[in-house]
Amino acid sequence: MALLELRALCKNFGGLAAVNNLTLDVQAGSIISLIGPNGAGKSTVFNLITGIYAPTGGSIVFEHRTLNGMRPDRVTAAGIARTFQNIRLFSFMSVLENVMVGRNARMHASIADSALRTRRATREDREVEHRARELLDFFGLTSYGSEWARNLPYGMQRRLEIARALASDPRLLLLDEPGAGTNPAEKQALMRLVQSVRERGVTVLLIEHDMHLVMGISDAVHVLDYGEQIACGPPDRVRHDPRVIEAYLGKGA
Amino acid sequence: MPEIHQFFQQLINGIALGGMYALIALGYTMVYGIVELINFAHGDVYTLGSYFSLSILALIPLSRYTGGWQLWLIASCVIVLAALLCGIVGVLIERLAYRRLRNAPRLAPLITAIGVSLILENLMQIWKGTSEVPFPQFLPGGLGVPDNVFVVAGVGIHERALIVVVVSILAMLALNLLVFRTKLGTAMRATAQDRDAAQLMGININGTIAWTFFIGAALAGVAGFISGIYYGTTFFLNGYQAGLKAFTAAVLGGIGNITGAMLGGFLIGIVEAMTSQYISDQWTSVVVFSILILILVFRPSGLLGEQVPEKV
Repeated sequence: MALLELRALCKNFGGLAAVNNLTLDVQAGSIISLIGPNGAGKSTVFNLITGIYAPTGGSIVFEHRTLNGMRPDRVTAAGIARTFQNIRLFSFMSVLENVMVGRNARMHASIADSALRTRRATREDREVEHRARELLDFFGLTSYGSEWARNLPYGMQRRLEIARALASDPRLLLLDEPGAGTNPAEKQALMRLVQSVRERGVTVLLIEHDMHLVMGISDAVHVLDYGEQIACGPPDRVRHDPRVIEAYLGKGA
Repeated sequence: MPEIHQFFQQLINGIALGGMYALIALGYTMVYGIVELINFAHGDVYTLGSYFSLSILALIPLSRYTGGWQLWLIASCVIVLAALLCGIVGVLIERLAYRRLRNAPRLAPLITAIGVSLILENLMQIWKGTSEVPFPQFLPGGLGVPDNVFVVAGVGIHERALIVVVVSILAMLALNLLVFRTKLGTAMRATAQDRDAAQLMGININGTIAWTFFIGAALAGVAGFISGIYYGTTFFLNGYQAGLKAFTAAVLGGIGNITGAMLGGFLIGIVEAMTSQYISDQWTSVVVFSILILILVFRPSGLLGEQVPEKV
């Protein structure tokens, strides 16, 4: 059984089918890419998985649990974390604090604990900070720790989003165009980073606009166009699929 | 009394008054920070604080012979209970009136807030009548014992004013610890900055928003208690003007900004005291609300509003 299974997933906004009948498996330990032109419904799929939208039809099963209609904070607690296409860091918090917030789903100290500074709360705070510093280290962000997130260079903000998502110890990481707005060299570096995230044992579902970028690192590629899945399979096969070429370049290309 | 002594006298009065405004302003600013709603019912929660205190005090057999530590124990219990009850009222208001309007156009919750304010005012009118209600001034010396006055360099400081200042500053320190040092505070700041992203970090935003209302209302409850002690009287419409002035304080400091609300509260208190000294008692509201208009016209983001590091 796959880690994440989408079965006949649908989402309609009024008359528009943003996602139509999408079936997709994400095997544990893999990097799966979701590609397609702008407006193909890729981000909608993420919003469905994370509970921002409720599906119109179909099912989302993660580790044998149905996620349909689950609140986003519960989905995070269940083991799925994500980043955003438009960076959504907490701008007025420090870089370190951003990562520490990401740990929220794994914290158990009650409000009374933290108000009274009980042993449990202080030990947990120390653990959270320790873990956050580890992640900053892994992403090469240590020297920015006390900066406000908004003051970070753009590429570093992208990295911080991934670090923050990993703070919740997810089994599945959803990356929504992590390379958007970065230059080709930064993009390559990000893709290497994605691979090293997988090596840490985190399964990755990756949205990318640029098909060529994901070819090298993906175990399988799913292509969406107008909410429909038009192709899926290993990168090499998908790359030469005539429907994919048409979707990207138009007829007769 | 020499001119300069009068000035300092009024400065102290202003700081005491400002402490109360600051406590109320915090509730406006925190709620605005997290759900972008001006909670016009908040001033009435402050009045409720003094009404709850009155009812709790009525259960305690106070006499002029109750003294010393007993008084402080009683005062602490009353403050905590009044704050707790106000907090619960705040949570109920959010749950019943505002939550389902969270994604509605801005005007809908605003009108609802005014409605809630009217409901609270009318309930309090039924509860304790339409005239001023005496509040037992049992601090600092005991019931019916006149207030102590320290004289420092020719300026008389009432012990009651001192109590107001100390209690309000303690409450603000506690709030600061909560907002910047606890998991709940972090969740509040995260929710204020980006609700969706906060939710995806595993933060329960409904719970966090409810706690924000609780804390804001509890601080208003504390202010309600100390206003009773300070003035020796309370009135069902007290919160209407005090609420508007505290709102002015929140805007002056930069709405959404916690430090700004504290600063704004003290400034408005001092302005009010100085106006009554140097212009006239009857002009205080005119001056305060003129400040509101000037701020809204010339610096809508308030004194500290442009950088909002601690927006909640």
